[in-house]
Amino acid sequence: MTDTAVSRPDSAQSPTALAARFGLRPAGQRPTLANYTRQLWSYRHFIASFANAKLVASFTSARLGRLWQVLTPLTNAAIYFVIFGVVLNTRAGIPNFIAYLCTGLFVFTFTQTVVQSGTQSITSNLGLIRALHFPRASLPIAVTLTQFQHLIASIAVLIGIVLVTGEPVTFLWLLAVPALLLQSVFNGGLALAVARLGAKVADLKQIMPFVMRTWMYASGVLYSVDMFADNLPPAVAQLMQLNPLLIYIELVRHALLENAPLASPPTQLWLLGAGWALLAGIGGFVYFWRGEEEYGRG
Amino acid sequence: MAKQTEPIADVNATTSAVDHQRIPTIVVDDVHVIYRVHGASAPGSASMVTSLRRIVSGTRSPNIREVHAVKGVSFTAYRGEAIGLIGSNGSGKSTLLLTIAGLLPVDRGAVYTAGQPSLLGVNAALLNDLSGERNVALGCLAMGMSRAEVRKLTPEIIDFSGINESGEFGSLPMRTYSSGMAARLRFAIAAAKKHDVLLIDEALATGDARFRRRSEERLHELREGAGTVFLVSHSIGTITDTCERTIWLEAGLIRMDGPTQAVVTAYEEYMTK
Repeated sequence: MTDTAVSRPDSAQSPTALAARFGLRPAGQRPTLANYTRQLWSYRHFIASFANAKLVASFTSARLGRLWQVLTPLTNAAIYFVIFGVVLNTRAGIPNFIAYLCTGLFVFTFTQTVVQSGTQSITSNLGLIRALHFPRASLPIAVTLTQFQHLIASIAVLIGIVLVTGEPVTFLWLLAVPALLLQSVFNGGLALAVARLGAKVADLKQIMPFVMRTWMYASGVLYSVDMFADNLPPAVAQLMQLNPLLIYIELVRHALLENAPLASPPTQLWLLGAGWALLAGIGGFVYFWRGEEEYGRG
Repeated sequence: MAKQTEPIADVNATTSAVDHQRIPTIVVDDVHVIYRVHGASAPGSASMVTSLRRIVSGTRSPNIREVHAVKGVSFTAYRGEAIGLIGSNGSGKSTLLLTIAGLLPVDRGAVYTAGQPSLLGVNAALLNDLSGERNVALGCLAMGMSRAEVRKLTPEIIDFSGINESGEFGSLPMRTYSSGMAARLRFAIAAAKKHDVLLIDEALATGDARFRRRSEERLHELREGAGTVFLVSHSIGTITDTCERTIWLEAGLIRMDGPTQAVVTAYEEYMTK
């Protein structure tokens, strides 16, 4: 173009050559996957502080403050106890239905809240994204960490419920730890994936509650998992056993409750649970990274 | 188009000459930015019935309008320069800053930068439910500082922002701050780090006179630390105090690029016409 030469009469070089000579890079370029992972690791303190800050911020305007972290799962458990334990007196052929129900509910709520706040983790932090430069994956990962802290509180409540309903304390309880860690990795990957989707499609925020409710019914939270084998065609019931949430719920039930019915044997559950965590974790991370330069645009 | 991109006055020869001592930090090469605005519709066309009809008939939303905000801008910025960006409302100043920050894709042309430009805008909201101090810590960590650095710098940043001058605001949630105080805190956080390129979009406008003087000193320090500062402002006073070079944008094109005094004089003439 001739006019660019006119507006820069003294520059002998083209802008591109000038940029190359001084090692300038195109604005908003995405780093390689390895560099991105390294960057993310160096921002671990930011991720931890951000997760913590979000947790604190969510309670600042409430009068009871962080007490709600325990009160929320406790209230939930109380409601379900009144409805299913007292009013309907549901047993569903399960020895300890209340503990069974609460385990499913709390484990499911972990994923549900991660997905819901993960969907908005980019859109609700646009100011931060536009002002400061940090690996954007920090945000959905921080969301997962915040919800993990909520999970710890609800697990404490759950252990209380399990003890009160007369379950024995066994070494199997320790298995709940790796099970929940696998679920956390799975959730992290899921949060990364829905964060990118949610940044692109604003409608996702409206759709997510329905997706999660459907997922809840498919995960045997409110009723015995035996219902799947009894009421569904065998092929579909088989397929249901691959549902990652059902797997994580079953793993925790298997760890905490003595006589809980399982849809599939524990070994299969562990293998599938680890597989899902790996798949979602790596898949979600790579998928999110591929959109890195787009966050905050528009 | 060829005629339009030429600056009216060729005063930039003195500033943009490729001097071997001067190291470029930003090269903007014939950049075009086009916004695609969704939902820019005529009244009535956003109703539920029309949305439904569009989905059923499979036609794409007719409401996407294109706005050609930057129409071929080229310039080079060097280390230690403070560049003012002026122009009437909607002339593409903020769009250009967003593009340099890598937050808007270019449609044609390219932007090359040294390091990662940081954009400091009026909307750079931190977490409003948290105290000023926690926001400082978070902001610093987000800029990649270590925990030790953050501990060391937090009192300095709070002092610089001056939010404690009107009471112990550092420990109060940011939602209780006035807009000026919040803007001062945000600037103080961003200015705590050495930036290769700092882009400031009207962020200094809300501070009072004392804070403005302090922030101008801080900008001088930043430039001496081999950074480049871009300043968008409608306050000509701020531009002349801070920048020695000024770019005047009008309708997405560079109308003039050169020493601040010359550009500002021409700009003021144009605006009073």
